[in-house]
Amino acid sequence: MNDSPGATGLVFNEPLLWEKGKRGRCGMSLPRRDVERAQLDEELMGESPDFPDLGELDVIRHYTRLSQWNFGVDSGMYPLGSCTMKYNPKINELVAGLPGFAGAHPLLPEEHCQGALQLMHELERLLAEITGMDAVSVQPSAGAQGELTGMLIIYAYHKGQGKPRSKIIVPDTAHGTNPASAALCGFRTVKVESNELGILSSRDIEDIMDEDTAGIMVTNPNTLGLFEENIREIAALVHAKGGLVYCDGANMNAVMGVVDMGKSDIDVLHLNLHKTFSTPHGGGGPGAGPVCVKKKLEPFLPVPRIVEEDGRYRLSEEYPESIGRLHAFYGNFGVMVKAYSYILSVGADLKKVSQLAVLNANYIRQRLKDTYHLQYDRPCMHECVFSDKLQREHKVTTLDIVKRLMDYGFHPPTIYFPLIVPGAIMVEPTETESKEDLDRFVEALKRIAREAEVSPELLREAPRRSKVRRLDETGAARNPCLAG
Amino acid sequence: MRYLPHTGEDIAAMLDVIGVSDLEDLFDAVPQACRRSGDLKVPDALTEMELREYLAGLAATIAAPPEYLIFAGAGSYEHFIPASVQYLLGRSEFSTAYTPYQPEVSQGTLQAIYEYQTLVATLLGLDVANASLYDGASALAEALLMAIRVTRRGKVAVSRAVHPQYRQVVRTYFQSTGYEILELPYLADGRTDLSPLEGMDDLAAVAVQSPNFFGCIEDLKKAGEKVHERGALFVTGFSEPVAYGLLKNPGSQGADIACGEGRSFGMPRSFGGPGLGMFACTMKHVRNMPGRLVGQTTDLNGRRGFVLTLATREQHIRREKATSNICTNNSLCALAAAMHMASLGSTGLRELAELNYDKAQYLKTGLAEAGFEAPFAAPTFNEMTVKFPKGFDSTYKRLLEKKIVAGIPLAPYYPELEDHYLLCVTETRTRAQMDALITEIAS
Repeated sequence: MNDSPGATGLVFNEPLLWEKGKRGRCGMSLPRRDVERAQLDEELMGESPDFPDLGELDVIRHYTRLSQWNFGVDSGMYPLGSCTMKYNPKINELVAGLPGFAGAHPLLPEEHCQGALQLMHELERLLAEITGMDAVSVQPSAGAQGELTGMLIIYAYHKGQGKPRSKIIVPDTAHGTNPASAALCGFRTVKVESNELGILSSRDIEDIMDEDTAGIMVTNPNTLGLFEENIREIAALVHAKGGLVYCDGANMNAVMGVVDMGKSDIDVLHLNLHKTFSTPHGGGGPGAGPVCVKKKLEPFLPVPRIVEEDGRYRLSEEYPESIGRLHAFYGNFGVMVKAYSYILSVGADLKKVSQLAVLNANYIRQRLKDTYHLQYDRPCMHECVFSDKLQREHKVTTLDIVKRLMDYGFHPPTIYFPLIVPGAIMVEPTETESKEDLDRFVEALKRIAREAEVSPELLREAPRRSKVRRLDETGAARNPCLAG
Repeated sequence: MRYLPHTGEDIAAMLDVIGVSDLEDLFDAVPQACRRSGDLKVPDALTEMELREYLAGLAATIAAPPEYLIFAGAGSYEHFIPASVQYLLGRSEFSTAYTPYQPEVSQGTLQAIYEYQTLVATLLGLDVANASLYDGASALAEALLMAIRVTRRGKVAVSRAVHPQYRQVVRTYFQSTGYEILELPYLADGRTDLSPLEGMDDLAAVAVQSPNFFGCIEDLKKAGEKVHERGALFVTGFSEPVAYGLLKNPGSQGADIACGEGRSFGMPRSFGGPGLGMFACTMKHVRNMPGRLVGQTTDLNGRRGFVLTLATREQHIRREKATSNICTNNSLCALAAAMHMASLGSTGLRELAELNYDKAQYLKTGLAEAGFEAPFAAPTFNEMTVKFPKGFDSTYKRLLEKKIVAGIPLAPYYPELEDHYLLCVTETRTRAQMDALITEIAS
């Protein structure tokens, strides 16, 4: 473990906020009072919420210490499959904080927010170009809201055809949110299994596609990291029965500059700006989930749309067939600024981004495939899915393996997903990891495999270097303690 | 490209290990018919210096403080963000992590979110708050859908004094569900008219916002009683949570679910997003709640720690039977809110809320003395509706030229409220600025 990044330093204890502080302290300077106190009906007035009173340094130390218990991309390699934990460029943060962007009120007259509208419009055009789709709305707040938007568009399309449909096909290699997004839109999901190669076969789709099925929701590349090679045949079958093809584009980082989603006969696609386009994941958001569509579905996109006329931009709600609005204003503008900044920084090297993301994943796959079982031993796209099949004979599991990885200084991959690989270990290195870091990661996983044979307790008792040891999750769910 | 560390030598060595000769060979699985026919048509990459200049140019076209003096709220309030909060939020251990699926290396996010949940539950006077939703609008839609799950009834009633864009989002979420949305009108005093509830059956929930879109403080206690008489859940919304530093909290007034926009705590306006969907309810309904929850537990050594919990409600476990499809939420925004609330404390939040109320009262009184009508009699917090004389739009434009934004017009949202404007004053406005506004409007 000598050359791995994992090490133990001085880690501070830090109590809960309300275990600190003293009534009467205040951690911030409020603007000056320059008006008299005004009366308010006593009936309406309540007690001030019982928050702890802390000084400024109390607050600074509190959150600084907490931050030191966290693992982020800036701390080390974070190969969380299907989450694209690439480097988050610092310049993006700086430009999103420019006073004009950060201080912009969303409801001022259009002539007073041209720069914001222009940025959103140009980002939409760039995303259309990158995906090969015709029209884009950057309004949805995250991937799952993008999925819901896509489902509502499909619903509205069929309703517009006079024939609402009740079902939607969702493969076993789709992202976890897909069935819930479809259900939120009122669709019944019909599950379809992938074939022995880990992809969909057109015959299986032909068997279940009918005229009460609104379409298919396919993740491409799928969650096995494999490109759905039969996508055009599948799309033809779905289209022949009047259905539409939705693509979960969360894995777009694999195929920029290579795949044309339009030519792949996708009708609706969502992207995740916090994955492919480098905006930080924020410990679980905020993200953004733009939706891209073919021309015929453009009328259904959320409103307001941004319209350009002679270099001037305006917001328009004059789309009677639109599914409506998904966000109180226009979506997560601050996230859009960062993604736009990223695209402008990278330019045509976006293709290289995807090539190197795929190179890194295949390199890991190749170097580890004799150590960890690969259920689908084929070249992959941006991620590869191992399992604990070989290690289970030593009575260690995927959970033990990845907890031990923490001691070596790496964030665990996504585990136990996709469900079709028992004990899945889904690794997505992304293009921003160097060969040396990949080698260290591979070496750590190889050592862990050896440890599994000779001293499996090292794995079962891992992690040992983190702030806390393994936590009692069953107890947490049985006796929920959700507030202090 | 500085984000791509590979040298030519690295690439060659890696291709060699994989057993292919060219990067293009890695994409053999992609059929020719699915491939792009040409190169990406994107602008040439900018250097960091060029990028900064270009984006600074775009940002400079936007009317924003301190150049512009903005008296507009309407769901997006200008509050002072202390340097400490901005600094802490920039710590990349928080910002470059993802959803805390691996608790041992995510205790920072987990404890901070647990504290956020506690602060929000305290602020709103309810038992439990979730780890966040996207914004105030989707939080309201989720609250109404939750009420439908709880009551197994199919109709909801929403006050017309709820933020118009929140209501639009509710309609979007409901359009394919078959559930019905009824609207409650507002009274002459600017508060919600609850009398139509008498004739409404099968109601799952009634939603009222306080302070409402007109700035008026609703009588939540009375509203709650009427809602509960119908056997429906009482959902209270908000777009300005700072108000609860001064006003009675929704839980104490009978709310079953309180939800709204939390951007006022520590987040910039950022053209409307990202913000923060705050969401709290009574413990009785927690298993129907949407969104993630962090709970307290212990580790192997018996030490306190935190984990994501009650995940059996969520999409990745329950799939199509989940309480919501939400996955990525607005976690970093929740952290901003927690940091801001922690910096304020109970004492500071009270002072902040009083400043907002007192300053807004100063403007309200000043405008009334200058002869401008306040059409709604209900008390207000930091926003107020003002009816200006006919033709005020030209005054509004004249003020814009002087870089003063005199609120936002209500007519686009309420056609019956022509010449009505919604004005907002927070702690960031000074007495001199308000005096200047009154003088300019009256001139």
